[in-house]
Amino acid sequence: MKYTGAQILIEALIREGADTIFGYPGGVLLPIFDVLYDAKINFILVRHEQGAAHAADGYSRSTNRVGVCMATSGPGATNLITGIATAYMDSIPMVVITGQVPTTMIGNDAFQEADIIGITRPIVKHSYLLKNVADISRVVKEAFWIANTGRPGPVLIDIPKDISTAVMTNPKYPQKVDIRSYNPTCLGHPMQIKKAVSAIASSKKPVIYSGGGIMSSNAAEELQKFVDITGIPVTSTLLGLGGFPGTDPLFLGMLGMHGTKYANYAISNADLVIAIGARFDDRVTGKIDEFAPAATIIHIDIDPSSISKNVLVHIPIVGDAKHILQQMNKEATPPKINEWIEQIEQWKKDCPLGYKKGGKLKPQFVIEKIYEVTGGNAIITTEVGQNQMWAAQYYKFDYPKSFLSSGGLGTMGYGFPAAIGAQVANPDMVVFDIAGDGSFQMNIQELATAIQYNLPVNVAILNNHNLGMVRQWQELFFNKRYSYTSMAVQPDFVKVAEAYGAEGIRVETEADVVPALKRAIISKKPVVLDFWVEEEENVFPMVPAGASLTQMLEGMA
Amino acid sequence: MRHTISVLVENRFGVLARVAGLFSGRGYNIDSLCVGETDDPTISRMTIVTNGDNRIIEQIEKQLNKLIDVIKVMDVTKEDHVKRELVLIKVAADEGQRARVIEIVEIFRGKIIDVSPKTMTVEITGDEGKINGITEMLKPFGIKELVRTGKVAVVRGEK
Ligand SMILES: Cc1ncc(C[n+]2csc(CCOP(=O)(O)OP(=O)(O)O)c2C)c(N)n1
Repeated sequence: MKYTGAQILIEALIREGADTIFGYPGGVLLPIFDVLYDAKINFILVRHEQGAAHAADGYSRSTNRVGVCMATSGPGATNLITGIATAYMDSIPMVVITGQVPTTMIGNDAFQEADIIGITRPIVKHSYLLKNVADISRVVKEAFWIANTGRPGPVLIDIPKDISTAVMTNPKYPQKVDIRSYNPTCLGHPMQIKKAVSAIASSKKPVIYSGGGIMSSNAAEELQKFVDITGIPVTSTLLGLGGFPGTDPLFLGMLGMHGTKYANYAISNADLVIAIGARFDDRVTGKIDEFAPAATIIHIDIDPSSISKNVLVHIPIVGDAKHILQQMNKEATPPKINEWIEQIEQWKKDCPLGYKKGGKLKPQFVIEKIYEVTGGNAIITTEVGQNQMWAAQYYKFDYPKSFLSSGGLGTMGYGFPAAIGAQVANPDMVVFDIAGDGSFQMNIQELATAIQYNLPVNVAILNNHNLGMVRQWQELFFNKRYSYTSMAVQPDFVKVAEAYGAEGIRVETEADVVPALKRAIISKKPVVLDFWVEEEENVFPMVPAGASLTQMLEGMA
Repeated sequence: MRHTISVLVENRFGVLARVAGLFSGRGYNIDSLCVGETDDPTISRMTIVTNGDNRIIEQIEKQLNKLIDVIKVMDVTKEDHVKRELVLIKVAADEGQRARVIEIVEIFRGKIIDVSPKTMTVEITGDEGKINGITEMLKPFGIKELVRTGKVAVVRGEK
């Protein structure tokens, strides 16, 4: 039988388990779209390619599968870039397919030609320009493998139009991947495990600092067991939320710039830090020289280049967090840390997370209610800014892959399309995008996508009529000179929602919060909740950029 | 400190761009770079001379290893190794000066590979000391052009 490149591509995607493609058509993709017309794969037509990339990312983050997005050459491909960079920074697996002008025209500044391989080189784990129809099936197989093993990340496949129309007889679909130059380490070195276990046994003030790697390696169960054995308290990065139950008494909340005081005190006073799948980002460490100054540092990470990049690590263990925790759980013994736990309990009592009640509706209150109404059984995505930090602080994430947020790149406009991707992958889950009024407007057009595919995602806009997080920095560090952070003109979000065929509800009082949330959850349509909150509310505690974690600004006083 | 890093890569389109992009994107310097096929035509070797403290060099090695097309990375500076570079120098020399140039080239065991009424072109192979030595000696005549291949290196013995 004869098959075109386009047919082989789609067949290869299906064989890799892809059930959905998020994308947008264009000239050079026409042969592929013709195959998609009656292929056994869902296609979600977004309204902007950036939405496709974030939706594929949300699909990946909320599952163990690899999200797929597709865009045409030139502007379609360049529109994906923010989404690819977002996935890259957070180590999210994704396969990105871009159309390209025919091979004979590459380099000629052809219509809608962009060197997307060149443009995306620093923000992909790997990329392929297909030059031969016989390579398609192997390249697709490799792309999924590379994207979802080792330190995961996006892989781009650029397919010129003449390759998708080229014909070949009896294409072979390889069963296995064989890349001689790519063999990620999985198991931890036994000697290093021994060292770590003995450091743990003799520690007096240990803390676990866990990150997104817990999600990437599906290690939440192993982490729970490790904590059950050792009794060591856990703090988490933004991306690590959900990797250890937010309601567990040994959970200290997030650390870092907007971490809890007790998490930051704990890490600053620790004699042993066990970093698992986290990369010592500057938003986490604060002033690097003063990060965990007295601690021995164990660092478990799949990526050797993360180790000792920012902070000198004493006991590195390269490998997959799940495997390494399994290895450690066989040998670990509990350290004697009663006094340390008492100290932490005292910090928790003395400086709990909190906000001033009274006055206008408080954004933190809204998040607390979203948690109560969903019982924590929901997928929460966020935009970027104050909304994101309040979500991280006030919602208790008990389940892995239930919190999707752009950490490394901090991409406004991420949350809503990511929510769409998560809803596609988890049709029965309640999905909320916790949004800011600024961020939501960056991909608000995807309301049409949600309507078209009957995706009942909910958007909770914490509407402070400002680019709140930037306004906060201006208030605190720039003498309240509010330079271009007030969104003086804003659409009526309720009407916008209705115009798209979604539901819109404005909420201005505490009493209306829960009924509105309940309405959103039972509604079969997307619901945009426009919470008009206190405009000048700030996120606290806050470690100013570049300060030590112990120098936290307060809001409560 | 200066390090010579030897990198085996898949002999494929775009690999050089990935390696070069890694250096520029992370702010590392490339002092010299030399690429060529190995005895196995599917594999190329890049010899990169770079600068940095131990931490930077360690990062460079790890980052290179992360590239999918990179097969092996070795910091030959850490091993007993020999380094060579080939340099072509076009030097101003008329009839009156030719003999003196030839004398210098012979001392450095170089070769004259081209002569014109006003210039001579010298080929010289060696390590950094030798190359610097001959260029110093030829400078007074007037160096018109100097072309270097960049360094290649190999570890001594069986390794
Ligand atoms: C695409 C993009 N542009 C700019 C920024 C810088 N930035 C970070 S937070 C923020 C304000 C976000 O405002 P909003 O979405 O209303 O959320 P709030 O902070 O008010 O909750 C801005 C502009 C960013 N993170 N992403």
